[in-house]
Amino acid sequence: MLPERRHFLKTLATTWVASSLWGRALRAAATVTLPFENGIRDLVQYPGKRKLIRLTSRPPQLETPFQNFNEGLVTPNDAFFVRYHLSGLPTEIDVQKFRLEVRGKVQNPLSLTLAALKSQFKSFEICAVNQCSGNGRGFSNPRVGGGQLANGAMGNAVWKGVRLADVLKKAGLDSKATHVSFDGLDRPLMPATPDFVKALTVEHANRPEVLLAYQMNGQDLPYLNGFPLRLVVPGYFGTYWVKHLNQIEVLDHEFDGFWMKTAYRIPEAPGSERTKPIGKMVIRSFLTSHLDQAEISVEKKTRLRGIAFDGGTGIREVRISTDQGKSWTKTSLGKDLGPFSFREWTCETTFSEKGEKEIWVRAESMASEIQPLETVFNKSGYQRNGVEKTKVKIV
Amino acid sequence: MITVAFAATAVATLNLPQETSRYIDGKNSHLVQAYCLSCHSADYVTTQPRGQPRAFWEAVVQKMKKAYGAEIPDKEIRTIVDSLTETYGRKN
Repeated sequence: MLPERRHFLKTLATTWVASSLWGRALRAAATVTLPFENGIRDLVQYPGKRKLIRLTSRPPQLETPFQNFNEGLVTPNDAFFVRYHLSGLPTEIDVQKFRLEVRGKVQNPLSLTLAALKSQFKSFEICAVNQCSGNGRGFSNPRVGGGQLANGAMGNAVWKGVRLADVLKKAGLDSKATHVSFDGLDRPLMPATPDFVKALTVEHANRPEVLLAYQMNGQDLPYLNGFPLRLVVPGYFGTYWVKHLNQIEVLDHEFDGFWMKTAYRIPEAPGSERTKPIGKMVIRSFLTSHLDQAEISVEKKTRLRGIAFDGGTGIREVRISTDQGKSWTKTSLGKDLGPFSFREWTCETTFSEKGEKEIWVRAESMASEIQPLETVFNKSGYQRNGVEKTKVKIV
Repeated sequence: MITVAFAATAVATLNLPQETSRYIDGKNSHLVQAYCLSCHSADYVTTQPRGQPRAFWEAVVQKMKKAYGAEIPDKEIRTIVDSLTETYGRKN
């Protein structure tokens, strides 16, 4: 297992000549080196965003620099990660013309403006973590293909919107309805590329926490996080949180599109060749107060702080170890923002000897799910959740 | 940026920063440029772990053609896989 190191910010700007089919440009870019082989990335500012770590340009994939997670429990909108699958992003969205269509196995197909959605249905708010299925893939051992992310493809926000269940109720589900599919405004560039469409069972779609959200942390959704409307599926990986959502189709069969049937699959059991769609998030925890290679003074009381979350039962306990797992110390949990949110943990510790140390963090959920010491390997690099181990220097 | 004008319209527009990543020059890299840039930027390839075997790049190219509908002629696949392996299969 690769040691868990943190983003090492290179303060020196590097300059290079970039040339491409789209022209040549001379520019200066700050870079970050993620703590795995071939981890150099540009830090770039996108519309509505602070400087984020760019994984890819087209379609855009941006990761949150990890130190942002020490700022608070809620991830600011401009720090929130971005992940698209298809290069055909909508370049312009006219809110007056935008419609959410609900069709398929329903009695009354709907075509709702954003204003109608806001006025005809009761609004709800929920604090929930959105995490990419491949968050932390760059740490996979052995390495696997795919987006080479460190741990910044996650964020916690207060989402406001209407319940999907209420909208489906208004449309009137047929008795044969079993699944619901979700499509957004983004489109593939090639005719044979499968459009990005995801699906939930009717049972899941009707759960009260599933929202059609138009606000994030009290503001309109940032464009790159799905403006003007996105699906919010608390407890589930981000792949289900369809952005720029404008089409909901009710089905009388399991949805068999590429992004459910072929992509985003995990082994049915560890090591199994049989697969199933990825779903609920697995429990994770992080140290945020000290990044990799941070220096801590010897014989001085030091406050450690971090975050934990699971797939929606809530966090019961977070423990830390400074002796490679021989002994574990309970930490104090912070304010409870609900079972789908980040939960803060803190503790004070004193290191008595100088030298290199590792700080290990391990969380347990209300359902008694405990992080494994090492991530269970899967060839897609999904749902990393082994105990994170941060190297620090006691000086 | 989201630009909202409160007249008859409320239109949000998106202007993305310029695409600057590029494929590394190498033997037959012009084919990689020709067929891979049509759907995605070069950083999809350049950020992959280095030192992966030919089978890694073979699987990627086959997936792009079969699953994602990349319009790569069969006769070019071997050359493209060779090019990617030679350029990105080396350890850094």
